[in-house]
Amino acid sequence: MYRLIIALVLGCLLYSGAHAAEDPLGYELGVLAQTKLTKMPAQIDVLVALDDDRVVAVLQAMLDGRLYRRKADDTLFIGEPGEDKSLAITDPLGVTGDSVAPATDFKRIAVNNRMRGQLRLAIAQLNLRSDDEEQRFLAAQELLGDTSPKVIALLEAASRSESSGRVLAVLADARALAALQQDDANLRYRAVEELSGNLQPVVLNALQALVEEDAGGIPLEPDPAVLKRARQAIAGIRQDAEFYSNVETVFFGLSLGSVLLLSAIGLAITFGVMGVINMAHGELIMLGAYTTYVVQLLMPNHLEYSLVVAVPLAFLVSGAVGIAIERGVIRFLYGRPLETLLATFGISLILQQGVRTIFSPLNRSVATPDWLSGALEINPLLSLTYNRLYILVFSLVVFFLLVTLLKKTSLGLQFRAVAQNRAMARAMGIRSAWVDAMTFGLGSGVAGIAGVALSQLTNVGPNLGQAYIIDSFMVVVFGGVGNLWGTLVSAFGLGMANKFIEPVAGAVLAKILVLVFIILFIQRYPRGLFPQQGRSVD
Amino acid sequence: MNIDNRTHRNPLFVPFAQDRWGNSLLLLLLVASVAVAVCNLVVPEGSPLHVPTYVVTLVGKYLAFALLALSVDLIWGYAGILSLGHGAFFALGGYAMGMYLMRQIGDRGVYGNPELPDFMVFLNWQELPWYWYGFDQFWFAALMVLLAPGLLAYVFGWLAFRSRVTGVYLSIITQALTYALLLAFFRNEMGFGGNNGLTDFKDILGFSLQDDGTRVTLFVLSAFALALGYIICRWVTRSKFGRVLVAVRDAENRTRFVGYRVESYKLAVFVLSACIAGIAGALYVPQVGIINPGEFSPLNSIELVIWVAVGGRGTLYGAVVGALLVNYLKTWFTGAFPEVWLFFLGALFVLATMFLPKGIVGILQRKWSKN
Repeated sequence: MYRLIIALVLGCLLYSGAHAAEDPLGYELGVLAQTKLTKMPAQIDVLVALDDDRVVAVLQAMLDGRLYRRKADDTLFIGEPGEDKSLAITDPLGVTGDSVAPATDFKRIAVNNRMRGQLRLAIAQLNLRSDDEEQRFLAAQELLGDTSPKVIALLEAASRSESSGRVLAVLADARALAALQQDDANLRYRAVEELSGNLQPVVLNALQALVEEDAGGIPLEPDPAVLKRARQAIAGIRQDAEFYSNVETVFFGLSLGSVLLLSAIGLAITFGVMGVINMAHGELIMLGAYTTYVVQLLMPNHLEYSLVVAVPLAFLVSGAVGIAIERGVIRFLYGRPLETLLATFGISLILQQGVRTIFSPLNRSVATPDWLSGALEINPLLSLTYNRLYILVFSLVVFFLLVTLLKKTSLGLQFRAVAQNRAMARAMGIRSAWVDAMTFGLGSGVAGIAGVALSQLTNVGPNLGQAYIIDSFMVVVFGGVGNLWGTLVSAFGLGMANKFIEPVAGAVLAKILVLVFIILFIQRYPRGLFPQQGRSVD
Repeated sequence: MNIDNRTHRNPLFVPFAQDRWGNSLLLLLLVASVAVAVCNLVVPEGSPLHVPTYVVTLVGKYLAFALLALSVDLIWGYAGILSLGHGAFFALGGYAMGMYLMRQIGDRGVYGNPELPDFMVFLNWQELPWYWYGFDQFWFAALMVLLAPGLLAYVFGWLAFRSRVTGVYLSIITQALTYALLLAFFRNEMGFGGNNGLTDFKDILGFSLQDDGTRVTLFVLSAFALALGYIICRWVTRSKFGRVLVAVRDAENRTRFVGYRVESYKLAVFVLSACIAGIAGALYVPQVGIINPGEFSPLNSIELVIWVAVGGRGTLYGAVVGALLVNYLKTWFTGAFPEVWLFFLGALFVLATMFLPKGIVGILQRKWSKN
């Protein structure tokens, strides 16, 4: 029995050894290891012609400078330098396993610039034959814009055997780009026709090269019809590019608006409905962000659900802190708004320092779940990141929930009654103290939710709240105190204004300009965009 | 009625009996400035009575802060204007002084350029921006110390008071103002040294800033400025003008209906307060040796409001006491327990507003009158 096993093992070893010797790739790699730099391009062509799946990895390693020759026996390995001059080596033939060896035993295979171009082409060529559709797509895109006859022949061959639609589309683009160099004007015209409306940057470059003028002002393109069509196509692409860049700015504006909305809406309730200045509002947002961090610490294996858990939890944490602030401090200061402002500012300092003491003054990293990362690619010029998209939707959901709560529920009715006329509301049997606590808790809880969303966009640190408090106040005051819809309009309006000024003036100046605008606006309309109607005078 | 007649006769020189606390403060300042000067310059080092120069400078800094607190009390305590951006006027005065000190460096900078300050050479600027012209003259810089904050306060106040922006709205937009200035001064393109601000000063009016004599002189000047500021503020608040301000504070609309132009009164006192804050900044900068955009931060402005609240709002001398006390505590805490300082400051905000409506001075006065 034992003998049989030993025999089998020996047999296997012998077979693999024999196989290595017979392996044509092994042989050609051996040749490559001994080839001089000048002769290498020829040997690379030989490798490509082998039609072996393992060649791509070798060429890629060569391109990245990760291909090594063992000095002892001229064998090639793919290596990864580690600590203390060690080298983690992999056998490209897949015969011997991975191991770690001293780097001094190896010599890196050097390549020059000309070979790099050849290698890239060779890799793309091999990848075009890959079984993986994604690989073929990427390879086709890599070759886009290369108009050398070799590549064209390659693309022709690839498109005959290609079945995937999107790979075919890229291949067609690549061939059209190549056709721009044809001598036949009709072919060029057809190629321009085909390429017009294509938003890839390489297409625009190719078309521009076509209409370029020489020193005498004569266009390089001899045929007037092709020239005219090319100019049209360029104008069309430019127009599209401008349109999409505007769409992108609008999206960024909406995204900033949604952040402003989230951070300001809690304030719109506490400040707008209750008339309480809560300078600790930013710190309640910060608490929400830290809640997200803690939730992720507690469930490291279920990151994708962490936000779902964090949202209600942050609402409860910030809401509870808010109620504590209201019961402990603000309750005693109703009717003295300036004193409330100072006291809540003190609370904000305590919360900041508390977080700094517990979690350290450094920023904490909050992970982004998979479903929030990445971007929605609409075309080559426009892609919208998922986290901003989701936060935009999320902010609107929170907004409409709050509006419904305030307008359609009996709790909301009580909120508004106390806000409008406290004495009368009390006379009607509303427990105004309880309503105050609940309103403040609600506003604070919403701040906590905002913190969860913000943790996906910015750094989570003790100063997170400070960064948003002034902006939030600006949004509420600009929109008109006591008016949730005003807050919505003002948040998105200011977000848009900021992002549209930014490309012209730069980020900081844009912010300053918006601030100055608000300051001037409030001078003219002290009650904001949508003032509360009333005759009361203090 | 009787008292009113007497004060109106000569509000600049208030008899001792009417402002015992304030006069004690003035006396204390006089004694302190003489004593410190003597103890630093005459008493030899090593003697237990010797006051080291760094203490002189530290107390001089406190006095500049006290003057700043005074300016806040003038508008908050007497006109009911809570400015959360008064640090901006302080910083503007400081920058005006800093620009003068910067030009005084001359070719002794790191790059040795006689015309341009170091940071401009570093940014590859070829010539001095126009708004730096004149700052090599002390009189011009001194004028700017008053004009820059005064003009800003005039424009801002004119817009705000005319359209009746009051209460918390005013507080919030003053905060936005200082925040906007903070962002602006951080920009290198502004030509005020960006993030690093102005520093590495060498001398003032030909006297080296490192000299003990110069430092003591700056300290004495700060004490005099504080005393003078106190006398001016007392004169303003005890005059008829000051009475109208108090009326505005307590019932703005009624005062308006009675026929006073409320906005003019508010504007005048706001500009005066901004100028005093500017002077405080100008005294602060040569003593600490740096001015940077951090002085514009909203946190600074709110912190100085709490000095006034802790000391006792609406008394003038309370503001001085509060500024000195809180700043002393800050120096002590940040040295001994830096972790605890913000907890303490936060608690101070909460406790002062809830339990000390009249500040420390209020408690002391109550004790005094009981005895």
